Amino acid sequence: MNKQTTLIAFYTIVRKEISRFMRIWVQTLLPPAISMTLYFVIFGSLIGSRIGTMNGFSYIEYIAPGIIMMSIINNSYANVVSSFFGAKFQNHIEEMLVAPIPNFIILAGFITGGVARGILVGIVVTIVALFFTELNIHSFPITIAVVFMTSIVFSLAGLINAIYAKKFDDISIIPTFVLTPLIYLGGVFYSIDMLPETWQTVSSFNPILYMVNAFRYGMLGESDIDITNAFLMLVIFTTVLFTIALHLLNKGVGIKH
Amino acid sequence: MSALEIKNLNKTYPNKFVALKNVDLQVNSGDFFALLGPNGAGKSTTIGIICGLVNKSSGSVSIFGHDIDKENEAAKACIGIVPQEINFSQFETPLDIVVNQGGYYGIKRSTALQRAKKYLNKLGLIEKCHEPARNLSGGMKRRLMIARALVHEPKMLILDEPTAGVDVELRRSMWDFLIDINKQGVTIMLTTHYLEEAEKLCKNIAIIDQGSIIKNTSMKKLLSNLNKETFIIDLINPIETLPNLNGYTATLIDSSTMEVEVDREKNINDLFEIFSASNIKVCSMRNKSNRLEKLFLDLLDNNN
Repeated sequence: MNKQTTLIAFYTIVRKEISRFMRIWVQTLLPPAISMTLYFVIFGSLIGSRIGTMNGFSYIEYIAPGIIMMSIINNSYANVVSSFFGAKFQNHIEEMLVAPIPNFIILAGFITGGVARGILVGIVVTIVALFFTELNIHSFPITIAVVFMTSIVFSLAGLINAIYAKKFDDISIIPTFVLTPLIYLGGVFYSIDMLPETWQTVSSFNPILYMVNAFRYGMLGESDIDITNAFLMLVIFTTVLFTIALHLLNKGVGIKH
Repeated sequence: MSALEIKNLNKTYPNKFVALKNVDLQVNSGDFFALLGPNGAGKSTTIGIICGLVNKSSGSVSIFGHDIDKENEAAKACIGIVPQEINFSQFETPLDIVVNQGGYYGIKRSTALQRAKKYLNKLGLIEKCHEPARNLSGGMKRRLMIARALVHEPKMLILDEPTAGVDVELRRSMWDFLIDINKQGVTIMLTTHYLEEAEKLCKNIAIIDQGSIIKNTSMKKLLSNLNKETFIIDLINPIETLPNLNGYTATLIDSSTMEVEVDREKNINDLFEIFSASNIKVCSMRNKSNRLEKLFLDLLDNNN
């Protein structure tokens, strides 16, 4: 395939991925809007008003970036894991496998779909957040970069999960037992400065802590961790997961006999 | 030129099942080729390897001179595949399915749209092109997969049991469509369990059994191996005993039906002359079984 035909193939996968999650918007875009509204009502307005300030910000202002990042992480992951596993389960992944598409284009197409949903849901949740609090952007480039890189990392993770998944249970185990605890313990609702020193050290092994704090830094200019470390972490995760995912596709793991 | 050249192809699945053993196969450009074999013989594995859905264990496969290991993309671009199982998203429309497939082959959306409409129309699906694919009948789903396989206008079309579960009328219209495509220069390779289909459509044939090719020849040559045919003859007036049929072996199934074996070198007119002389009036006559079917079963028996 030449450059133009490769781009057409890439564009086709992205278009298909976006139209898939837009077609089922009631399952993909509406639930995060509703659940995040509840987070803002309960933790932000009701409980938050009694908590007072956190690191100089009102509680609702402090948790807003974390809640937006939580929805981006969940939706990037969910989009790719369900779409790729669905394609495997219904065998229509074969439509791509028989075509002369390089594997990195298949990978890039699915990841772009995941990033698109993650960002769209992020925008929806940001709009919801604006009904409850004011949002300021401390640094646009950092905010945008963190959003993109985080959604790429979790889209890649979702794809690897889908490659190994053999049944529907396998695509819910990681989000339920790994992703959710890491998100909740990743400083979405609190500053790790509040934790005893041991738990601060334990938390430093949680990659989501870096992503949430980097995003919070982009919006509020406030972070529990060094922003450089966060970007370093994101670059390493993106590179490692991309390499693994491409290797698995090249080998045909889970998709070829 | 060879459309497909398979040399020494082997496949052993991770569960140690040996699906293919040193398969050699050649399909010429413009051919209408049948790959026949019982269930589990290795037909779908062979097709899967050709199309890139199954990893081979060893051997080589070239499609129009492009080795699938060295020029994978060029090889894939030459083939259109119609698989045995339905493998499209049931939630998409036929038009989207075919247009997207064009996109995967790098065809511009406007061109893919034009071609999709052309093939969906030819295959009688144009009125359903905006409905979700799950609403299509079984036969329509099979035709949709043919339209999808043709959108990039491949040099070779591979069909894995394309008419399985399709009614007789539709099957015949699909045959006409495939004959037409073949006349336009597209090489066709098909697997089927309907041996009448292979006999009617294909010029060359390979029979695979237990992972090995046991016969690879032209249909004409294969059928010429048949040295006798058995006919069922229905009589207008019932008879109690068989007359002397002068060397033809016959049995009376019931008073109005007889079964006659006719050697290839014998003239069938002689048989009718004997009938006339014996005042036996024939109402109808038909082959006991499909000619290819008999050969196919004999070959499998010999192989076992």
